[in-house]
Amino acid sequence: MSLQLDQVAVSLGNRRWVFDGQFPTHAIHAVLGASGSGKSTLLNVIGGYTEQTSGHVIWNNNTLDGQAPHKRPVTTLFQSDNLFAHMSVANNIALGLDPRLRLDPEQHAAVEDVLENVGLAGFGRRKPTSLSGGERQRVGLARCLLRARPVLLLDEPFGALDGRTRADMLALTRELIAHHAPCVLMVTHDEDDVTAIGANELRVVDGRLQF
Amino acid sequence: MRLDSLPWWLGPTFATTTVIALVGAPALRLISEAGALPWLTLVQDPWLLRVLRFSLAQAALSTVLALAMAIPVATALHHERCFPGRHVLTTLFGLSLVLPSIAAVFGLIAVWGSAGWINQLLDAAGLSLRVPVLYGLFGILLAHVFFNAPLITRVLLQALDDIPHTEWRLAAQLGLPASTRFWQLEWPVIARHLPGLASLVFTLCFTSFAVVLALGGGPRATTLEVAIYQALRFDFDLPLAVALAMVQLSVCLALTLTGGLFGKGNDTGLGLAGDDVQHNHWPQWHPHNGRTSHHRWMDRLLIAGMIALVVPPIVALMVSGFNARLLSVLTDSTTLAALANTVIAALAAASLALILALCLLSGVRHLHVRLRLARTGNVLQMIGNAILILPPVVLGTGLFLLLRNHVNVFALALLLVILVNALMGLPFALRLLSGPVLDGAVARDRLANSIGMPRWTRWRHVDLPLLRRPIAQASAIAATLAAGDLGAIALFGSERMQTLPLLLHTRLGSHRLDEAAATASLLIATCLIIYLIIVRVVGGSTRPTS
Repeated sequence: MSLQLDQVAVSLGNRRWVFDGQFPTHAIHAVLGASGSGKSTLLNVIGGYTEQTSGHVIWNNNTLDGQAPHKRPVTTLFQSDNLFAHMSVANNIALGLDPRLRLDPEQHAAVEDVLENVGLAGFGRRKPTSLSGGERQRVGLARCLLRARPVLLLDEPFGALDGRTRADMLALTRELIAHHAPCVLMVTHDEDDVTAIGANELRVVDGRLQF
Repeated sequence: MRLDSLPWWLGPTFATTTVIALVGAPALRLISEAGALPWLTLVQDPWLLRVLRFSLAQAALSTVLALAMAIPVATALHHERCFPGRHVLTTLFGLSLVLPSIAAVFGLIAVWGSAGWINQLLDAAGLSLRVPVLYGLFGILLAHVFFNAPLITRVLLQALDDIPHTEWRLAAQLGLPASTRFWQLEWPVIARHLPGLASLVFTLCFTSFAVVLALGGGPRATTLEVAIYQALRFDFDLPLAVALAMVQLSVCLALTLTGGLFGKGNDTGLGLAGDDVQHNHWPQWHPHNGRTSHHRWMDRLLIAGMIALVVPPIVALMVSGFNARLLSVLTDSTTLAALANTVIAALAAASLALILALCLLSGVRHLHVRLRLARTGNVLQMIGNAILILPPVVLGTGLFLLLRNHVNVFALALLLVILVNALMGLPFALRLLSGPVLDGAVARDRLANSIGMPRWTRWRHVDLPLLRRPIAQASAIAATLAAGDLGAIALFGSERMQTLPLLLHTRLGSHRLDEAAATASLLIATCLIIYLIIVRVVGGSTRPTS
C-alpha cells in the first residue's frame, strides 16, 4: 500500500510545481523546505484543496483526481483552526465518526477513549476557546485518529506551539502513529522535528521533490 | 493662528446645545402638556387602544415576515456566489434605507394595485383571480417586507460571507452534509444577528409613517404616527395628539432600551457599509459546490422569489414616469417649487447634520485621546442619537406645541423640515464618521503634536484627506434621506410649502396616477442626482492617500 504522485503539476499565479514520488505506509515522511517553497501546496493537492493541472494522485492503484476532500482516504491536521469554536470538544471529535453527529453508545465510548489517548480525559464538554493552543491541536489529532484514514497529513501542526509543548506533542504523535500505522506526511521547517519523530526526510526545492 | 486659540470644547458644546435644545425643549413641552391630560380615561379609550394594538401588531407581523423571507434568501445568496446580476441585486438591497418610502409605495401600487401589473397579467391570462386590496394591513405588510427583507438579507449575507474559510475547509474534510452545515455553521452566525435585526426592523415598522399614511385605510389600519398626524392636521385635537405622542414616545423609549440590551455588541451595519459583498467563485473543494441539484434549485427559487418582490416596483417606478403627463408635470410651477424646496431642504439638512456630527466627534476625540475619558466620549456621541427615541412626528408635535403661540408654524415649514431632518440624519452621519475620526487618532495626535502642527494645517493635511470620503458618504445619505422624507413636511407643509414627497402623496391621494408616476420619477431622479453629486464633489474622484 502506498501513496503515489505521478507527475502532479500545480500552478498558482505564476508559480509551478511538479510533484513526483512514492510514499509507503507505516512511515513518516517529513517535508522540509524554505517558507513559500510549496510544502503546503503538496499537502493541499493530496488533500483535495488544490486541483492539479495534470498528473495523478494515486492511492493503491486508484486515482483520487477530482474527489472531494472528505471522500479521499486522507485526513489533514492543519496548522490551526482544526476545531469549530462554538462546538464542544466531544462534538468536534465526534464529527470525525459521523458528520451528522448521530452517535451510538459504542461511538460515544470511542470518543472518550481517544480523548484519553491524547491526554485530555474529561475535557469533552469544554469549548475550544477554553483550551490552550497545544490542547486544541491534540483535540484535532484525536479526531484525525478516529477518522482512521490511511493517509495522515500534518501541516506544521505544532509550528505555533512553544518548545516544551511541541516536544510533548511530537512524542505523542509518534506514539499514536506507531499504533495506527498510516502513511504520514508532515510539513515542518524544523530539522529537530524530523529526528524527534523518526521520519524520512524529503525537501521541496525549485518546485520539485528531492528525496 | 486664531483657530488655535479657540478652546476644544467650543464645537462639541455648540452641537450638544443645539441637539438638546431641538430635542429636549419640544419633549419637555410635550411632557408638561401631557401632565394635564385625563390619563385615567385615556388609557381605557377603546380607539386609542386599538391604534396602539394595530401599531404593535403590524410591526410584529412585518418583522416576522421580513425575517422569514430574509433568512433563507440570505443563505441562498451566500451559496450561489456567481450569477449574472448578483452585484446589482445586492447593491439594490443596500439602497432600501435611502429609497424615499413614498416613492416606493408608488412602485408597489403600480405593481400590486387594483389596476397594477399583476392584475393586468392575471387579466391577460384570462384568470378571474385578483390581488387582495392593497389598502389596509396587506399593503402595509407588503411595503414593510419590501423595505426590510432586502436590508436584513444584506446584513445576514455579509455575516455569512464572513464565516472563516477554515471552517468550510473543516466541513469539506469531514464531509458535513448540508443540514449539519446549516445548523452548525450558518445558523449560529444568523442567530447572533437576529435580536439586533429584529429590534431594528420592529422599530422601523413601528415608526413607519409614509407607508401607513399612503396605504393604511381608515381607522382599522392606523398606527400611532399617522393618528398623531391626523389629530394635528385634520381634527385639530391637540390633547389627543399629545396623548398619542406620549404613548409613541414611551414605546420607542422601551424599544431603544430593550434593543440596547439585546443588540449589544452586534453591529447591524444598517446595510450602509459600502459594497463589501463577495462575488467571486467558491474554491473547487468548497462544500457549497457539492450541493445536490435539489438544493441548488431551492436556492435559485428563493433568490428568484426575492427578485420578484424587489425588482418590479423599482422598474415600475422608473418606467411609469414616462407617460403623457410627464412634460406637463415637469414644467408645472407647483412641481418646480416643490423640487426647489426638496433640494434646499436636503442640502441644508445634510450640512447641518454633518456640522453637528463633526462638532460632536471632535469632542469625542478630544475626550478619548487627550483626556482618556472614553466613556464620557461615548455618552457625548449618544446625544446625537436622541432622535431615535423621539420619532420625527413626535418631535414635530412637540415643536408645534412649543411654537404655535409665538409664530405661524406653517410659515416656518421649510426651517422646521430642515431641523427635523438634520436630526434624523445625525445618527447615520455619526455612525459613518466615528470610525474614521477615532481609529488611529492617538497615534496621529502624537505625531501631529511632536511636529507642532497648527490646527488648520492638521485639519487640511491630516484629518480631511482621511475623512473626505466618509464625509461625502454621510452627507450624501443624510441629504437623500431628507429629500425623501414625508414625516416632517406632512406635519408642517401646506399648499404654499410643498416638497416632492408631499406633492407625490397628494397626487397619489387624489388618484392622479399619471401625475404621481411622473412626480415619483422626478423624486427618485432628484435623490439619485443629489447622492451622486455629493459623493463625487465632496468625496473627490480619486482615493485619498492615507
